[in-house]
Amino acid sequence: MTTQRAQPDLLYSEEEEALRAAVRDLLTDHCDAASVIARIESDTPHDLSLWKALTEGMGLAGLLVPEELDGQGATHREAAVVLEELGRAVAPVPYLTSAVVATEALLECGADDLLSQLASATVIGALAVSLSVPAGSAYKVVRFENGALHGELTGIADAAVADLLLVPADDGGLYAVDASAAVITPQVSLDLTRPLAKVVLDGAPGRLLGDAEPAVQRALRAGAGLLTSEQLGLADWTLTETVRYLKERKQFNRPVGGFQALKHRLAQLWLEVVNLRAAARNAADALSTGSHDSDVAVAVAQAYAAPVAVHAAEEAVQLHGGIGMTWEHPAHLYLKRAKADSIAYGTAGRHRETLAGLVDLRTP
Amino acid sequence: MTDAADLKRRTAELLAAHPPATTDRLDFLRARFDAGLAWVHYPEGLGGLGAPRSLQVVVDAELEAAAAPDNDPRRIGIGLGMAAPTILAFGTEEQKRRYLRPLWTGEEVWCQLFSEPGAGSDLAALGTRAVRNGEDWVVNGQKVWTSSAHLARWAILIARTDPDVPKHRGITYFICDMTDPGVEVRPLRQVTGEAEFNEVFITDVRIPDSRRLGEAGDGWTVAQTTLNNERVAIGGMRLPREGGMIGPVAKTWRERPELRTHDLHQRLLKLWVEAEVARLTGERLRQQLVAGQPGPEGAGMKLAFARLNQEISGLEVELRGEEGLLYDDWTMRRPELVDFTGRDAGYRYLRSKGNSIEGGTTEVLLNIVAERVLGLPAEPRTDKDVAWKDLAR
Repeated sequence: MTTQRAQPDLLYSEEEEALRAAVRDLLTDHCDAASVIARIESDTPHDLSLWKALTEGMGLAGLLVPEELDGQGATHREAAVVLEELGRAVAPVPYLTSAVVATEALLECGADDLLSQLASATVIGALAVSLSVPAGSAYKVVRFENGALHGELTGIADAAVADLLLVPADDGGLYAVDASAAVITPQVSLDLTRPLAKVVLDGAPGRLLGDAEPAVQRALRAGAGLLTSEQLGLADWTLTETVRYLKERKQFNRPVGGFQALKHRLAQLWLEVVNLRAAARNAADALSTGSHDSDVAVAVAQAYAAPVAVHAAEEAVQLHGGIGMTWEHPAHLYLKRAKADSIAYGTAGRHRETLAGLVDLRTP
Repeated sequence: MTDAADLKRRTAELLAAHPPATTDRLDFLRARFDAGLAWVHYPEGLGGLGAPRSLQVVVDAELEAAAAPDNDPRRIGIGLGMAAPTILAFGTEEQKRRYLRPLWTGEEVWCQLFSEPGAGSDLAALGTRAVRNGEDWVVNGQKVWTSSAHLARWAILIARTDPDVPKHRGITYFICDMTDPGVEVRPLRQVTGEAEFNEVFITDVRIPDSRRLGEAGDGWTVAQTTLNNERVAIGGMRLPREGGMIGPVAKTWRERPELRTHDLHQRLLKLWVEAEVARLTGERLRQQLVAGQPGPEGAGMKLAFARLNQEISGLEVELRGEEGLLYDDWTMRRPELVDFTGRDAGYRYLRSKGNSIEGGTTEVLLNIVAERVLGLPAEPRTDKDVAWKDLAR
């Protein structure tokens, strides 16, 4: 995994495009906006039948897991394509949290049996670190005392559907905890398609997997890098849908999309999305090759992506006019996901600070 | 079909027959053109071999390794980037044979006589007149923003040949002799203090009909080839990280800790990220072209670089504090090249103001993106069916 090329490969291969088409087909059939809106206020905001189709049906939970551990032996480039499509559909499935972040932590620990369970999607995993924490920052740990774990952790994305929690403890270890041994309470979340939960451990048994620090850092870095592709998907959908609507919507006896003030805003947004695609491909490619440049690639991608995805979603709400402000129209799903994503795995500002160190542009 | 191995063999033969160390520069360039290694995607006999454009890098790498002279492409950018593709697409066989070789070797510099004081963004409204007289056309008018006019041997020129039809239909495309006594070139001083551009006054210049490119009245179609290539040329450079205007600012930041403030730091990091992402977008576009999948992304590159150049150079002036209050040189000069790196931040700041105007203003390019890429409705047109002579001016 240390292939170095002079230039990153920023395109999509034919296989990647075929994967995209397959995922998009599935989401078109099983993840329409109306049913996502209906689901998010129900007791089961996650769509586990869709998750089943993506994982058992298509094997996508195991993209980052080697074939000998029941995975697909693919790379971050393919996982990024899946995330673009999941972003386009704001799909309420624990893909980023389980198939990327928890999987990366287990890969670092060499926990082969658990990897094989995650890859085959018999188990959903969640790293018990707040969604807001970027790589390189401090995170909350629980107490390890008398052979059991004690403590409370908040902001754990997708914990409500997790079977396996990966919990960092104060002894420096990362522990595998069966979700049934924890009390998991949903938190009312801004983004209802990726809800957070509080995890309380009161003497829960855990299995030590290895050192928490390298596993958490690796997981958060991959999460941040591939989140960019999800943000690209969100931005791409909101731009495409807004352009489509403005060609159709008529006011003052003209399509609204013919007004120059709006054309220029949409053209600017298109330019941002084009840039975001290059940044997202670069991050995915750097992670997949283990490039020495991947820290910079991830920080650049995350520093750029959040403002673009939020801008695209905010423009979608504004340019749809009144209908964009309704619960019934899906624009708010994208706005909430984009805004939550702008905090997930570190804000753009945090990634710029990281970059300042990486590229030697020091603070005053 | 010519492949990389074949090109390497041909390049080796060229180098063996004309060793760069002992061959006159111009003789070498002519020999390279005649060997079809000038621009390999051009046809045989016209400096190329009809090979894929992506294989040019093979030849260039071999020649660079052998320390062979190049044709100083920055000095002859208008000829290479705009005149040549237009001549190739619309010229007669005779025109191609006459003009392309000295254009490529740099023996003959070209300029572009398109914009006029009354026809900028609305270029098709141009009023320079060309009237048929026997075998010639007699041209009168004024052109502006003409870089290299004072060095040029030839110009590509568009002029009004039929004022009685709507504006796009009455234009004809010519090759104009810049040594004609009726062509007067005056430097046009810019905000930077220097005169990189010129005004060109054209008085009773006779152009033989044999120097027409394309059909009479079809000049607008011909000009599209020129303009599309101009935008590719402006947006398409390959850069290393920190290769653009962000480079000098980052260097100053590292070397001059006394200039640093928190506000500047935030803005610098934001622009550094945007510059890096724009660079990656350019790289992605290049990879698409090489893979034979040209996307619409190119239309955005010029927009992105114009804004970034302006913001970064503006930040750089501010970063320099008291030095930012100074300017390196207001002397009126006529540079052959635009040199962003050889001058101070103040020059970069002022010169980059032109980046959102030259080669299509940012406002017009945003319309083009909205209409051609996003498919949004076109601007309302009140001039479509009006004869040019009846347009408001």
